[in-house]
Amino acid sequence: MSSLSRDEVAKLAALARIEMSEEELVGLASQFGSILDAVARVQELNLDGVKATSHPQPLENIFREDVVLPSLTPDQALSGAPAQEEQRFRVPQILGEAE
Amino acid sequence: MALSYDDVIAKYEPVLGLEVHVELNTESKMFCSCSTTFGGEPNTQTCPVCLALPGALPVVNAKAIESSILIGLALNCQIAPYSRFSRKNYFYPDMPKNFQISQYDEPICFDGFVDVEIQTDEGPKQFRIEIERVHMEEDTGKSLHVGGATGRIHGAEYSLLDYNRAGIPLVEIVTKIVPGTGKYAPEVAKAYVAELRDILRGLKVSDVKMEQGSLRCDANVSLRLIGSDVLGTRSETKNVNSLRSVERAIRGEMIRHAELLNDGKKVKQETRHFQEESGLTRSGRSKEQAEDYRYFPEPDLVPVAPAATWIEELRAQLPERPSLHRKRLKEQWAVPDKEMAAMINADVLDIVEQTVLLGADPTKARTWWLGEISRLANEKDIAIADLSIAPRDVAEIVALVAAGELTDKLARQVVEGVIAGEGTPAEVVAKRGIKVVNDDGALMAAIEKVCAEQAETADKVRNGHVPAAGALIGAVMKETKGQADAARVRELLLGHLGQATN
Amino acid sequence: MINKTAAEMSSALAKGEVTSVALTKQHLDRIADVDNKVKAFLHVDTESALAQAASVDADRAAGKALGPLAGVPLALKDVLAQEGVPTTAGSKILQGWKPPYDSTVVAKLKAAGVVILGKTNMDEFAMGSSTENSGYGPTFNPWDLTRTPGGSSGGSAAAVSAFEAPIAIGSDTGGSIRQPAALTGIVGVRPTYGAVSRYGLIAYSSSLDQAGPFGRTVLDTAMLHEIIAGHDPKDATSINAPVPAVVAAAKSGDVKGLKIGVIKQLQGSGYQAGVLARFNESLDVLASLGAEIVEVDCPSFEFALAAYYLIAPSECSSNLARFDAMRYGLRTGDIDGASAESVMNSTRESGFGREVKRRIILGTYALSSGYYDAYYGSAQKIRTLIIEDYKKAFTQADVLVSPTSPITAFKIGEKSEDPIAMYLADVATIPVNLAGICGMSLPAGLADEDNLPVGFQIMAPAMQDQRLYNVGAALEAALVSKWGGHLISKAPALGGAK
Repeated sequence: MSSLSRDEVAKLAALARIEMSEEELVGLASQFGSILDAVARVQELNLDGVKATSHPQPLENIFREDVVLPSLTPDQALSGAPAQEEQRFRVPQILGEAE
Repeated sequence: MALSYDDVIAKYEPVLGLEVHVELNTESKMFCSCSTTFGGEPNTQTCPVCLALPGALPVVNAKAIESSILIGLALNCQIAPYSRFSRKNYFYPDMPKNFQISQYDEPICFDGFVDVEIQTDEGPKQFRIEIERVHMEEDTGKSLHVGGATGRIHGAEYSLLDYNRAGIPLVEIVTKIVPGTGKYAPEVAKAYVAELRDILRGLKVSDVKMEQGSLRCDANVSLRLIGSDVLGTRSETKNVNSLRSVERAIRGEMIRHAELLNDGKKVKQETRHFQEESGLTRSGRSKEQAEDYRYFPEPDLVPVAPAATWIEELRAQLPERPSLHRKRLKEQWAVPDKEMAAMINADVLDIVEQTVLLGADPTKARTWWLGEISRLANEKDIAIADLSIAPRDVAEIVALVAAGELTDKLARQVVEGVIAGEGTPAEVVAKRGIKVVNDDGALMAAIEKVCAEQAETADKVRNGHVPAAGALIGAVMKETKGQADAARVRELLLGHLGQATN
Repeated sequence: MINKTAAEMSSALAKGEVTSVALTKQHLDRIADVDNKVKAFLHVDTESALAQAASVDADRAAGKALGPLAGVPLALKDVLAQEGVPTTAGSKILQGWKPPYDSTVVAKLKAAGVVILGKTNMDEFAMGSSTENSGYGPTFNPWDLTRTPGGSSGGSAAAVSAFEAPIAIGSDTGGSIRQPAALTGIVGVRPTYGAVSRYGLIAYSSSLDQAGPFGRTVLDTAMLHEIIAGHDPKDATSINAPVPAVVAAAKSGDVKGLKIGVIKQLQGSGYQAGVLARFNESLDVLASLGAEIVEVDCPSFEFALAAYYLIAPSECSSNLARFDAMRYGLRTGDIDGASAESVMNSTRESGFGREVKRRIILGTYALSSGYYDAYYGSAQKIRTLIIEDYKKAFTQADVLVSPTSPITAFKIGEKSEDPIAMYLADVATIPVNLAGICGMSLPAGLADEDNLPVGFQIMAPAMQDQRLYNVGAALEAALVSKWGGHLISKAPALGGAK
């Protein structure tokens, strides 16, 4: 039986930036056992030497020419913004440093 | 308790690691067709792709791939026959997708090296910096922090985001660890970044303007006791935005680490931010709470598998290596070692070369940049490159002097005028009314006046004591407000006083 | 004439027997009549649909060359960006968002003169098999309003099935076109991965997603397929090759001498008796038309569901990171002193539904350091094995077949509390997505035990989409003649369309 603890779910929720109530954390943790059991079937086979497929079609080297095309207007760019100021997206205070 | 640098290197050996981010100078962004022009009005260079609107998809800029391969080749790297983009997942408001398209375990170039040379008291020393990898990624947007005292992120009430920069192609060049530089670590690091900058400039793949952020250096520093082979804990200093800062930041971190270690404290593995004003670093995000980036192959982009023939075509295009280029210039210009080193140290070699290419005599060009112009830059405490005087201005000034339209002394006034923003040399000459007085009548009037005023000295000259003429010439020059050609004054004066003029 | 096929509407328009405006109005009226029961649409764009129709009529009157579906109305899954029209992907987090751009599929539809009636309901971000996961309430199956139409493209399937539109666009990541087509008694095709541009298709799982057509007949579906397919430089995974001749194949349907492979792993236990009965009956029909039926073995298909439920959640955990309340969409928790991080957390909590959160968390786990190789890495390897199974099977047969869904339409609420049971609804459709090939579902009749539609799935190799239409058209013709009409005309709940 696979399982995930409430704390592990809380850690994942933090990584995924989803606030969760205690009830949700406990609920998800209890559901995850059976979900993980189902997906853990991928480990049943011996996969040594099998290549991983990340793209279903065998395409390579798909590039575009380095040519500038018109951008959106700032009005279009900001049209969905929950808040804006000085032609910029206004966001609440950022706590952590950038990368 | 401040430790001296000598104390640090007497006990510890620094180990460096340098990560340099280069903004490529492509016309369009890495994954979309928005312009990369620097300094546009906010959010005028954005589209569904670089704003990460739902449904938008990235497509790789071919030129960025070409530039990355050129960089790899110039850094003696292997070019991967097969490489992929990966997603680096973390949330940050300046990154619209909340993942950065980067390269993880399959970078486009790997295993290279750069040789650098520094001048020491014991003569030139060479170091080989090994390159771990060169990979492609994309830049983030820019945030403006509003409220709070300083415009810094701490204490701000909210932030304003401009995504013009988001998606500009970046190439990250990562060194292997660099041991064995000893006390020269700061200079080697500086020389490495300078060499990289020269190489990249030669490749014409980036503007390499550190002050605009198109070349940014993160410096990893750790110390270990001399003789030990155990690596110490490293700090990673960001925001190092000039060559001088690379040197200062590393020196500063070495001292900071040594102080901690001497006090029996631990160096924290963390990101630090370089403060240009103080030359010190301040603590940033601790790496102990490092994110789990959950890298995985970018499903929206297919692998990059450059054909061997293409790689060889690019290899054939590589320009002369900067170090060889320098050797050639030194010979062509017949520059003494010391002067050559001075030009490199002052970072004026390229500027001098451009000036020479515009027709100036190499010695004259070098003298101007290394002499008067360097002096003015020092006086103003800014980089020569940031002075508003260009190679074409200096070439013009050299030409004016050669044509006898300016004296060296007048030319210095013109240089000053150009730097003060008064226009081109011709404009400064016109505006300031600077001209060589070569009207013999006016000069003779001044000479007669001076000889009358200083009759005693004039007599000495008449009697054959030629060196005394200096004082008279000086007075005449003063009389003509320095606009006279001193050689002509001397000629006329000596003639007037009955002496030979050779 | 809403009960006609799109091909019939097309010819009536061309002959001047009806105008596009009149045809569009008839469909808008039908929507007004029945959509309060079916709830297929999230947004009906009356004004712009009529304007588009009028413009096609004007072009036709002016003698301009028009495409075959010009003037024919269509329902669009709300997962595709349409400039200026609310686009939500069935999620509260995008409520009110109006894209400033058209997806490539929408641009192609507009260029072809197809009249877009509005946006249809779907499982939030296409995650689900019943359309119950929509942030805006479920869609109801026109065959039985107490049942789901399947999903995630349940709105599009229900709209076509309820005669609210003759054709529709859906998207298929694990079966989201084929399974609802099966459950609502219509035709649905998931084209080869890379055949239809994903530009502007709101991503669920980038390496599996593909938009595709719905119709009430194989030919209608082919006509729409031909319009939306084709290379797009804005999608780096788009295949640069001519569109397979799907309309020609749909018109000629002939299986004589073809080998049809029945996949051993996609039948048997877990499949409803009535589903298997109709499936076997269809095989008999194909055999009677001259096809050779063979059995093929695809042993790794047993692991397809597990691989899918790692790959899709992993990619979605990253794809959905952009919904962060900073640039567009919902923003909650923006109280005095709140940080960007707390606003992101709060918005994603209130804006995403349960299933979306469950999959994001699962995907975050599967990609996290220390687990990547065991989960995501293994799933990608299973994917390779599935591709190899298909390759081998396609050396033994021209097309492969299976029931589309192991079961007929289930009751609303029946599986919504049991994610694993819900995931099993896609067991037969998922292998196609993992391999990036193409698949079709078409009606095979009604299951004896519940009188609900059964879907017959046809699969073909990448860029051999015309094989689906060839086999599908042959089977459809034989079944329709056997039934004395299209299956859809037997749909009881809404009293059919007159």
